[in-house]
Amino acid sequence: MIYNKPAYRIMGDRALLVELGDEISPLVNRKVRELFITLENSTIEGIAETVPSYRSLLIVYEPRRVRLSTLQNAIDELQKSVDISKIPAPKKLKIPVVYGGEYGPDLEWVARYHGISPEEAVKRHTGNIYQVYMIGFTPGFAYMGELPENIATPRRETPRTAIPAGSVGIAQSETGIYPVVSPAGWQIIGRTPLKLFDETKWPPALMEMGDSIQFFSIKEEEVSQWKR
Amino acid sequence: MEAVKALEILSPGPLTTVQDLGRYGYGRYGVAPSGALDSFSLRVANLLAGNPEDEAGLEITLLGLKVQALTGLAVAVTGGDLQPRLNEKSLRMWCLHTIRKGDIISFKAPKSGFRSYLALGGGICVPTVMGSKSTNLSSGFGGLRGRPLQKGDILLSDSPHLYLDQAERAFDLERIPAYTRDWVLRVLFGPQDDHFTQEVRNSFLNSSFKVTSKSDRTGIRLTGPSIQKIEGMEDSIISEGVICGTIQVPGDGQPIIILGETVTGGYRKIATVIRADIPLLGQVKPEDQIRFSEVSMDKALESFREVEEMIAQFREGF
Repeated sequence: MIYNKPAYRIMGDRALLVELGDEISPLVNRKVRELFITLENSTIEGIAETVPSYRSLLIVYEPRRVRLSTLQNAIDELQKSVDISKIPAPKKLKIPVVYGGEYGPDLEWVARYHGISPEEAVKRHTGNIYQVYMIGFTPGFAYMGELPENIATPRRETPRTAIPAGSVGIAQSETGIYPVVSPAGWQIIGRTPLKLFDETKWPPALMEMGDSIQFFSIKEEEVSQWKR
Repeated sequence: MEAVKALEILSPGPLTTVQDLGRYGYGRYGVAPSGALDSFSLRVANLLAGNPEDEAGLEITLLGLKVQALTGLAVAVTGGDLQPRLNEKSLRMWCLHTIRKGDIISFKAPKSGFRSYLALGGGICVPTVMGSKSTNLSSGFGGLRGRPLQKGDILLSDSPHLYLDQAERAFDLERIPAYTRDWVLRVLFGPQDDHFTQEVRNSFLNSSFKVTSKSDRTGIRLTGPSIQKIEGMEDSIISEGVICGTIQVPGDGQPIIILGETVTGGYRKIATVIRADIPLLGQVKPEDQIRFSEVSMDKALESFREVEEMIAQFREGF
């Protein structure tokens, strides 16, 4: 559900959480993106940083430059005056993935869980367009949804301590890609040769909140042509 | 600018990193701030050494760092008292020293606090990545090649000889926060204090928590009475942005104070440490006791202003 009015939650003496709804959904998340971009383009002073997520926007501010009450009033006004025509369309990306084998050690398990072949599991994962709900956890990690129910799978019971960069995972109704070697509780079904995060580039992350993502299957031999 | 070989790492200790005041504005890309956990001490160390307060210095954890000067240097050591030594003689903290080529600074063991800060006049020459020299350990960038310092590393500094003839200066020791083993951290309730009953919130304030050895630069992990959410609520909440000082409560009821290496989280957060007390989090160590005390927003802002005024006064004093 989308709230009629934003719910404000105080995070200490320098941050405010603006909650726009109570669920993970493409619509609530779109509202967060609209507010995030509108705020970005606004002239409100004293904002140090904003972090958009599934259904809320975190605003870190400088209390010596803007009072909390002033900030809340300004957000109330902005929220009413969001001009959709000024919100750029989300970027569309296609992500190559080598599915299964050593690249996706959990693909077989996921297929068995749904009583289907690994090929069918790949078809279901690539047959959908996902919205990036949030970047978090590690630099460039994109949380994406909704995974169709016929491929949604619980997390692994035992998380792995380290998986390679580019690993594509699924957990419940979400899918994501691990940009760097990290511990992982998600089911790893494949790996992309694309670099998800590069601190020397601008923007540093390949994906941004709101982006529209589709995966497609490539063969192991094709990996080298996708490396940049 | 002239990058000069300034320090050689003879022994790195368990964790020594290059940190400045942090990398802000990139949370939307999942990039945490990193930075000196006790920013107060790094700022003072920089001012003592003759740098801008946001220059990078070394954050030394617990003990064991041993460095050798490769040229004459202006240095200052602040923060937790890890018993710093200059060539085996005790080195006075919170003041400017001029050391000579070949001199060795080492850190023996913690007497009080957990992290020391070493600043050099001329700072540390490492690339600025996304506006900061701080080390991001999870992704391996920033600082010196994105990693903790190792034996044999050589740190460069920008024209350190220009800082050798500064007038004596020291920070007033009475103004240094007390590094106790029994902390009282001031908090504001929220953002999800309404997920806990009044009774549980009271118990949160009236209990003492012990810092566990699982704590690191991502968070201070506590153990104590179980802080339980209102019955029937789900174990986790929808993930959202977090800041340093936010106190999250996982399903087991044992709070974690989030530090500078985390940008999002999916656990409910009962309260947040006020900005004036954030630098203290860098000096909390395993086995310490922590209690939380609630303050008003006005009091929180006033306390922060006081700290900033104190630093401004010091800066303008020379």
